[in-house]
Amino acid sequence: MSTQPTTESLPWPAVAAISVVAVLISLALPYLLTPYYLGLVVKMMIFALFAMSFDLLIGYAGMASLGHAAYFGIAAYATGLLALRLEWNVWLALPASLLIAALTAALFGLLALRTRGSYFLMITLALAQVLWGIAFGWRSLTGGEDGLPDVPRPDLGLQWSLTGDTPFYYFVLFVVGVGALLLIRIVSSPFGYALRGIRESETRMLALGYNIWRYKFVAFVLAGTFAGLAGCLYAYLNRYVSPGYVHVVMSAEVLLMVVLGGAGTLFGPTIGAALFVLLENMISGYTERWLMLLGLVYVLVGMFAPNGLTGLARDFRKRRAGS
Amino acid sequence: MLVATLQTSLSAMTFWVLQILNGISFGMLLFLLAAGLSLIYGLLKILNLTHGSFYLLGGYVGLVVVHATGSFILAVLVGSLAIVLIGIVMERVFLRRFHLQEMPQVLLTFGFLFIFSDFAILMWGANPQTMPKPELFSSSIQIGPFVYPSYRLFIIGFGLIVAALLWWLQEGTRFGAMIRAGVDDEETARAVGINVSLLFTLVFALGAFLAALGGVMGGPIFGVYPGADFEILLLGFVVVIIGGLGSLKGALAGGLLVGLLDNFGKVFFPELALFTIFAPMVLILAVRPTGLFGRE
Repeated sequence: MSTQPTTESLPWPAVAAISVVAVLISLALPYLLTPYYLGLVVKMMIFALFAMSFDLLIGYAGMASLGHAAYFGIAAYATGLLALRLEWNVWLALPASLLIAALTAALFGLLALRTRGSYFLMITLALAQVLWGIAFGWRSLTGGEDGLPDVPRPDLGLQWSLTGDTPFYYFVLFVVGVGALLLIRIVSSPFGYALRGIRESETRMLALGYNIWRYKFVAFVLAGTFAGLAGCLYAYLNRYVSPGYVHVVMSAEVLLMVVLGGAGTLFGPTIGAALFVLLENMISGYTERWLMLLGLVYVLVGMFAPNGLTGLARDFRKRRAGS
Repeated sequence: MLVATLQTSLSAMTFWVLQILNGISFGMLLFLLAAGLSLIYGLLKILNLTHGSFYLLGGYVGLVVVHATGSFILAVLVGSLAIVLIGIVMERVFLRRFHLQEMPQVLLTFGFLFIFSDFAILMWGANPQTMPKPELFSSSIQIGPFVYPSYRLFIIGFGLIVAALLWWLQEGTRFGAMIRAGVDDEETARAVGINVSLLFTLVFALGAFLAALGGVMGGPIFGVYPGADFEILLLGFVVVIIGGLGSLKGALAGGLLVGLLDNFGKVFFPELALFTIFAPMVLILAVRPTGLFGRE
């Protein structure tokens, strides 16, 4: 069955062992890394969540959006504005930001889902760029090009302060962990399988009596909401929000992370996101021409690995087995 | 008393006439851009994310030529032909291997968008530059009570001529008939002996040419600056969403509408100018998702 998840099934003790080791390592990381690299790991985790949210859309539901940064960015702005202007606590600001991301995704989804193919690509890109234009132009609200500086780290109102790097790391680890578990639940539920079915053949699913539009719409809103969660965390991490968070380059970056890692696997995009953050960090230390190199990566991936590195490895294995 | 009222109403009218003409002249540039996007999509089924870069690079090459030779006509010719070459290479070497494969096309055209965007900053810096107007149209002309920059009128006339030429090309020539055949049924077009491969390259080159033409012609009014590629790509998309992908009529109607709305948006709500194009886009999507003149 082509709709089966592509995880090469390991025996469950192995899965359990790997999970335990992964959890232990992630808990121990603050004691193994310098604050700089810990910050980098936090960024990787946030982008992993962002990439997974996009994978729900493109990998599982088969909808290639070119404007996924819209929900990431609007939630980041909401987080920043609610904290700075209204001094809302994180317990209020986070759900409110998620709600705003979800509502934006619902509105954009209503419009974009009336179309498919190239129209869908164009409309998602255009809607997100309109948001960028507003973030850039509406100086009195968003600070325009300068963005929103001094976004405070969340205050949970408990005895731990999240201003330090280590507590903030655990906060992000917890939130991203919960987000990832929810996404795994979603894609392995009947809903997730229906999405795969729609990706493979809408007509077949229609014949089976599925309300395709409703499934796609819910997937679109869910993907936007999880992207929003990543956006909130990113605003807290950088203590700053700028129009770049909503820009088409950001949408293109999350697309690359998912494609690079392999769409439709959830795990692949996490690796893609980590690789991407690492690459960006290494390269931008040496040259100002990051965007040009990024463009080159797109061309190379487009030419040689449109199915991602996992697809490339699969092709390689197949070729070796064939020859 | 009467004279004063007449004067204020005249100045109000002057304002409206000027703004409408500004909007129409911008709309003509958007038409050049959207016509290329539409043509390329219609035949090759490629959503060209590099289209805004053609506009920007055309402007920069034109600028170099104007500074070197002082000739605006030469700038238009060299600028647009240089971009045609880029377009031909992109189509022949890269895009053609991925016919009808959406994801590689998106990745490639995104890649070129980023490369060209950064290349422009590397070559010409981050500061906006303005192109001098051609000698012939550097003054303003008076029509009745209105004084209006003649260059903008020239753009409007030029846009109309291009629109007429494109319409003739599509409806009245053998080349146009071949394109229409390719759009309707590529397989059959090949079967009856049309060189579809060459047609693809020519149409992609024509699209690049139109975008670059827009870039050079727009230079004296809007300047050439980093970020114009993304901005104009967005506006081109909005035009095509409103007018309908693959339709020349749609590109013209959409271009004029978006040009006017964008202009009035910037005049009346400078901070929220994009709302004025967002609203009609939403309306069109709600009523006719394939645009005014789009086909299913």
